[in-house]
Amino acid sequence: MDLELAPRYVDFRDECRTWLAEHHPGRIASMDTPDGFEEHRQWERVLFDGGWSVPAWPSKYGGRDCDLIEWLIYEEEYWLSGVPGRVSANGVSLLAPTIFNFGTQEQQDFFLPRMASGEDIWAQGWSEPEAGSDLAGIKTKAILDGDHYVLNGQKTWCSRGAFADWIFCIVRTDPDAERHAGLTYLLVPADTPGMERRPIGRLDGEPGFAELFFDDARVSAEHVLGGVGQGWAVAMAAASSERGLSLRSPGRFMAAAERLTQLARDIASGGRLVDPRLRDEVTDAWIKAQAYRWQTYQMAADLMAGAEIGPEASMGKVFWSELDLELHATALRLLGESGEVVDGSPDGHDWLDGYVFALSGPIYAGTNEIQRNIISERVLGLPRR
Amino acid sequence: MRFSFTEEQDMFRDTVRDLFADRCPPEAVRESWGNDDGRVAGLWSALGEMGVLAVLAPESAGGLGMDEVDLVRILEEAGYAGVPEPLMEHAAVAVPALAEARSPLLDAAVSGASTLTVSLGAGPVVAASVADAIVHRSGADLQAVTGWTGTSATSIDQSRRLSTIDTITEAAALDGADTALAYDRAVLGTAAQAIGVARRLLDATVEYVGQRHQFGKPVGSYQAVKHQLADVKIAVDFAAPLVYRAAWSIAHPETHDVLTRARDVSMAKAQASDAVDLAARKALQCHGAIGYTFEYDLQLWLKRGWALAAAYGDARQHRDRVADILAI
Repeated sequence: MDLELAPRYVDFRDECRTWLAEHHPGRIASMDTPDGFEEHRQWERVLFDGGWSVPAWPSKYGGRDCDLIEWLIYEEEYWLSGVPGRVSANGVSLLAPTIFNFGTQEQQDFFLPRMASGEDIWAQGWSEPEAGSDLAGIKTKAILDGDHYVLNGQKTWCSRGAFADWIFCIVRTDPDAERHAGLTYLLVPADTPGMERRPIGRLDGEPGFAELFFDDARVSAEHVLGGVGQGWAVAMAAASSERGLSLRSPGRFMAAAERLTQLARDIASGGRLVDPRLRDEVTDAWIKAQAYRWQTYQMAADLMAGAEIGPEASMGKVFWSELDLELHATALRLLGESGEVVDGSPDGHDWLDGYVFALSGPIYAGTNEIQRNIISERVLGLPRR
Repeated sequence: MRFSFTEEQDMFRDTVRDLFADRCPPEAVRESWGNDDGRVAGLWSALGEMGVLAVLAPESAGGLGMDEVDLVRILEEAGYAGVPEPLMEHAAVAVPALAEARSPLLDAAVSGASTLTVSLGAGPVVAASVADAIVHRSGADLQAVTGWTGTSATSIDQSRRLSTIDTITEAAALDGADTALAYDRAVLGTAAQAIGVARRLLDATVEYVGQRHQFGKPVGSYQAVKHQLADVKIAVDFAAPLVYRAAWSIAHPETHDVLTRARDVSMAKAQASDAVDLAARKALQCHGAIGYTFEYDLQLWLKRGWALAAAYGDARQHRDRVADILAI
């Protein structure tokens, strides 16, 4: 065991911190508004030009070949710096690992650099009106016609789907097959004729996700990822990425925990918080962010030694999504009656917006009930039925 | 940065685990509850021979010269097995304090010829009735107490033979021993044991709900049961790394000042206490009535869990210490 950062990691941290401080764009509009989406795309470009959009990727695709420890440090610095969030997160965190694992050389060479630079922003097209937690119930049909698939059906809850350039979908290429069989992972250009998208107002009113309607939409068969009929296996590989540390690394929550303790200090005006219960809650949330950090470093050591993330990723998903809620709910309790005021926090951080977003955490990427099923059946070994 | 144990550390842990499984099964723990000294016959000398009692003693004193990172995994196994001996008090706190003070009592403690316990705060003292000496906090200093009178008290966990110390008749100052460090070691050691207890409670419950049938299928197939146990698994697996991380902080004073060490140790105890509390609550609930009996072995770990969750400060007290250090 060695829990000290070697000098090269300390140097890396300094380099990262300095670059972010020098390129901080200030506050920009929400990525789920038309203008904000483009402002966030510009920020992706700034990151890319500095070599910081996809540091863990190979340098030939715009990365800097970071190891897992460097990537965790980068994430810590990224969120601590307070720069805008990543409009490219769906692509970089969820799709890219799948392209690296299952994509052809042509697909990797085409899609990855465009994703890294923000030229293509991706949305996820998995859920359907009748296939949410029960993802294998997907009905959207894709029937081969020459060298194209013809899509008919409907997707929903596509985060970033209102403005994205591409959608990564799971579709049913074999309508006679049931459940997990006959599914295929298909990459769909958002400007495909026959595909219509309708933004859905999220809880905060912004078009954070969209419905997609396919009416004889033709998509090139070249855009199948990982083989026809292999959609379930390919998707599950991505789901581990989504639930695991690539989507929500500890850095995000460590930064929020630091802001929470600072908010507590501000409110206590230099003394200790008067309410011992609030003081306990703030500290509990801060400790849990540290717990997520060290649990992740432990997992990173296993991964770097050649282990793979399996169903254990579901434990992280439950932990970070509940931690995120705890952090933001505690901040709102600190703010008391002014907590309901939009942009009303004296520290300039939008705790209310963060809370509303945190509420979606236990739902997206597989509800926490589904995660607990996975943990109990596939980690603890309890009987399925 | 490499958060993993070495093969040697794993092997040492496995060896001790096997010893506990062999010499300290639940029947032995239960038997210890009824006998005069509350101990498992032969276990202490076996631990002495293996070096387990002297993990933290320098090799020059006949110890293993290892550190807290090695020790916490042993204590985790002691919790898992429900070992009723004052292993934490002896090996995690007393032995290093005696070593720091170059006490003449160290040799017997290293070999296992003697049994030591500790008295660091307000709580009752564990195993004083069988101890040859007590490492006792007097004001800001530690002393080795070899003569005392005490009053016994009964713990809900009959593995913990408790006493309060009334008068001290013979004591030697332990000059050079670090009082604050002794406390942090006790907190860490208790947290490590609590993790082991929580793991045992979870394993026992997973096994039980896989076998017990109601409505024609295992009760462990119902989501109402599954989700409770998933929560225990999460609580334990996110508390344990903080225990290992705190062990590292204690073992590396050159890079961890006293406040950082205290913060890390208290984080570990807060999470470990909460984890074992949750594990005990869920284990009992998922067992149902059988878990509520004296006959069934689950009670051995339930009671140990309750005791350890509070020993050397409960979760709230340790969060309070973290809050002080965070200045909130």
